[in-house]
Amino acid sequence: MQEIKSQKKVRDFHQAKWNEPVIFELHQKGERGVVPPRTEEKIASTIGDGVSKLPGHLKRSRAPELPEISQNRVLRHYLRLSQETLGAAFNVEIGQGTCTMKYSPVVNEKLVASEKLRSLHPKQDEETVQGTLKATYELDLYLREISGMDYFSFQPGSGTQALFMMASMVRAYHEANGEGEQRDEIITTIFSHPSQAATATVKGYKIITLYPDENGFPDLEKLKDAVSERTAGFVVANPEDTGIYNSKIKKFTKVVHDAGGICYYDQANANGLLGITRAKEAGFDMCFFNLHKTFSTPHACGGPGSGAVGVVERLKPYLPKPIIEKHGEKYVLNTNLEHSIGKVRSYYGVAQNIIRAYAWIRALGPDGLKAVSETAVLNNNYLYSKIKEIKGVDVPYAEGGRLEQVRYSWEPLYQDTGITTEDISRRMADFAHQYWTSHHPYVVPQPFTLEPTESYSKEDLDEYIRSLTHISNEAYTSPEVIQSAPHCSSIHKITTDKYFEDPEHWAITWRAYLKKYKNTKEKQT
Amino acid sequence: MTKTITHPYLPNTNSEIKTQMLKEIGIESIEELYQTIPDELRYTGKLNIPEALNEFELKREVGNLLQENKGTNEVISFLGGGCWQHFIPAVCDEIASRAEFVTAYAGDEYEDHGRFQVLFEYQSLLAELLCVDVVNVPTFDWGQAAATAIRMASRLTKKREALVPKTIAPERLKIIWNYCSPDIEIKLIDYQEATGELDLTDLKNNISGQTAAIYFENPSYLGFLETQGEEISRIAKSSDVITIVGVDPISLGVLESPAQYGADIICGELQPLGNPMNYGGGQSGFIATRDEIEYISEFPSRLFGITPTSQEGEYGFGDVFYDRTSFAKREKGKESVGTQTSMCAITAGVYLALMGPEGMAELGQTIMQRSQYAMKKLNEIEQITSSYFNNVSFKEFVVDFNETGKTVAEINQYLLSKGIYGGIDLSEEFPELGQSALFCVTEVHSKADIDALAKELRSFL
Repeated sequence: MQEIKSQKKVRDFHQAKWNEPVIFELHQKGERGVVPPRTEEKIASTIGDGVSKLPGHLKRSRAPELPEISQNRVLRHYLRLSQETLGAAFNVEIGQGTCTMKYSPVVNEKLVASEKLRSLHPKQDEETVQGTLKATYELDLYLREISGMDYFSFQPGSGTQALFMMASMVRAYHEANGEGEQRDEIITTIFSHPSQAATATVKGYKIITLYPDENGFPDLEKLKDAVSERTAGFVVANPEDTGIYNSKIKKFTKVVHDAGGICYYDQANANGLLGITRAKEAGFDMCFFNLHKTFSTPHACGGPGSGAVGVVERLKPYLPKPIIEKHGEKYVLNTNLEHSIGKVRSYYGVAQNIIRAYAWIRALGPDGLKAVSETAVLNNNYLYSKIKEIKGVDVPYAEGGRLEQVRYSWEPLYQDTGITTEDISRRMADFAHQYWTSHHPYVVPQPFTLEPTESYSKEDLDEYIRSLTHISNEAYTSPEVIQSAPHCSSIHKITTDKYFEDPEHWAITWRAYLKKYKNTKEKQT
Repeated sequence: MTKTITHPYLPNTNSEIKTQMLKEIGIESIEELYQTIPDELRYTGKLNIPEALNEFELKREVGNLLQENKGTNEVISFLGGGCWQHFIPAVCDEIASRAEFVTAYAGDEYEDHGRFQVLFEYQSLLAELLCVDVVNVPTFDWGQAAATAIRMASRLTKKREALVPKTIAPERLKIIWNYCSPDIEIKLIDYQEATGELDLTDLKNNISGQTAAIYFENPSYLGFLETQGEEISRIAKSSDVITIVGVDPISLGVLESPAQYGADIICGELQPLGNPMNYGGGQSGFIATRDEIEYISEFPSRLFGITPTSQEGEYGFGDVFYDRTSFAKREKGKESVGTQTSMCAITAGVYLALMGPEGMAELGQTIMQRSQYAMKKLNEIEQITSSYFNNVSFKEFVVDFNETGKTVAEINQYLLSKGIYGGIDLSEEFPELGQSALFCVTEVHSKADIDALAKELRSFL
């Protein structure tokens, strides 16, 4: 035969499509998936069946209507559904901007599979968990080095919980200083994760939101107008979702400090900044890192993640209990924190993610960490230079100077063709790509946000660029292909939002679905 | 000159490709990309972090570190109290380690159809156990689920007080306090000394026009069962107070669901359903309600629903009533939503699919038999009363060591030296119980394990 020429064009892809039933439809009376441990005869003969002790009204009267399925069929069902999930390990995962979808090293997964970690109970004697405590303590030291902060807490299970923890500490701090009532406002910005504003609201704060100036930065003049004796805190990311580094950040933190507020830094994504610039020098009192973003722990379909919060010395007494310290050669859980906010999450954090992040840093070392950031920024600027050339794409705000991500806009394409960013999202699935628009509200019209991290090669980036270019061409030549997409996904287009928005029609569980729709042909259409 | 080694996690760092990329960008060095960062903010030092390890060295290093832990699998452990040692079917581990799921995040229904379906199925499977029609994509843990349930009740009733029993798990109470302050006041209700159950007189005395919710746990943190659920919810209802019940779902193969004795909102912990303890990293909470728009409107969490697609006979899934959430409405949404613990919920779904109704019933029975056997064995030791409360318990019970003349700390230290992790020391959490400890016995504890505990306690006391 002749040499088979693999052509560099858009990927000829089709996602696994199993048309898998909902698990209840696999039910076969009498089948078993697993048999749990049974009591020894000697116990049964002494105790009886155990459940007879229950008062009648507390004893379950009807067995739960769980399906009965043999083990192989359960396994197969879930394996098939896993194949219908486009995890980061399978694609050029640069489309979920702000999420830092980098490579999660396989060796770390092997390490955390150890029973030496999995089987640990959080209330074990400290003597029996020295390994985990040591790793946590050392990770604390590394993150202090990276951020300039003085102490870290690993209790939060994600960035949202880290933001909540920081808002809680802001409140505790002002309360301890007799200004809890007076300081009732937290200032945030619109190009930030919604949880910045949402978690501060949970802690009883009024929210002031800064909008960007003409260059895409939060407006310093507006901040000056916003601060007052009511300011409790200021929370901001830098770069924000636009990827633009705000070079005046120190002026921002000074304005807030002068007004008596606390500055906390959303570093959920710090992927462009390792060894480059730190929270401390920019004037922040607290910051947090998502270990499931910058520090490579996998995103696990949405958690558990890990939000590591760093604070300056004066805020240490407000940290949730306990923190991990080294006393002599021993690692201990210290609960002696005078103004502690108590707890945000049970126990001490997501230990498996602490080990993964620790291992990731150890694998990279100081030079490797800096190379991570430099490569992430290089990749992003390469991508940026190509994406902005695609017909129909606009890049709002400052020219140049983007760090790890960029928020783009399809507004020109939409004006020309009527194709929306959501349409493009569905079509990207046909080429094995994740694609994310942005959080609401859409300040940038028809937005999409790309973050290529350090994990993807030039060729990977070129593939993504080819796909977007191809779709742009389709928008101008055959928009119906996009409008009816996806064509190569596990499922076809959902054409109505009736089943998500109408209380009469939605079904959040299978039993609700059966109640509403079983034997009702007209409703099923 | 030593050869520069390209790091295996980092493509695009060899000079040829880097030069090419820089050229395409139109610059000469990466440094130019950092021009927006002022000099005064540039970190110029070298991070004080150990030099890089290769994969072999890393495995050895972290492996050695973990060797300094002694897992519950190497000893006999009676620790529980919110995180419990249970049998984990191999299929749960297999699915929980699939790279497709482990590395997925927040894709839409077309890229991640499988993820949407398994979470919808998890909601549906747990709903059968709970006898309710709505279950959320999970929260961080039981404590946060309870706190959110209380906040939901507060929004529903527009009232700002919640009542919780003094026997509530201290970890959870701390979370509730923090999540509910400053908006909602939490009042603690007395318990009956003999049984541990809620003091209904104190409950009635504390219900006021400001009461949004009564929250209680079943099984309680201290292991006993609250048998007055029906009466508590009746009292609540007569004052327009919402009843919230926290539950360990692994008990529901043998225990009645709180929905059957009047719970309006049910919450609890998913860790026992197939998730390893991971030193507390396996915690995951759920919230469940009836299919009523008033309740659904108050969920901060994502709720996945089922829909037809443009292809006949095909299931699709997606977000129900997204506009509730902070994703849609920022500070005007309900509390906050973000990354929580989806993988634990997927695993819990696999667990329930494997266990089926028979498995859950058998498991519940085994746990009750073994824990009752342990209570009996310990009670046979003269100075020990097991349990402290005169009540039925599910898998945990309070062991009273007050007559031994020894502290729980001393007893546990001795047990530790014999390869046994004794129960949680309650002397600080519940000083009124004196020297007492919370012991947990599940299906993993054999008769030999329990007998070994009794033998060691006898010889020490």
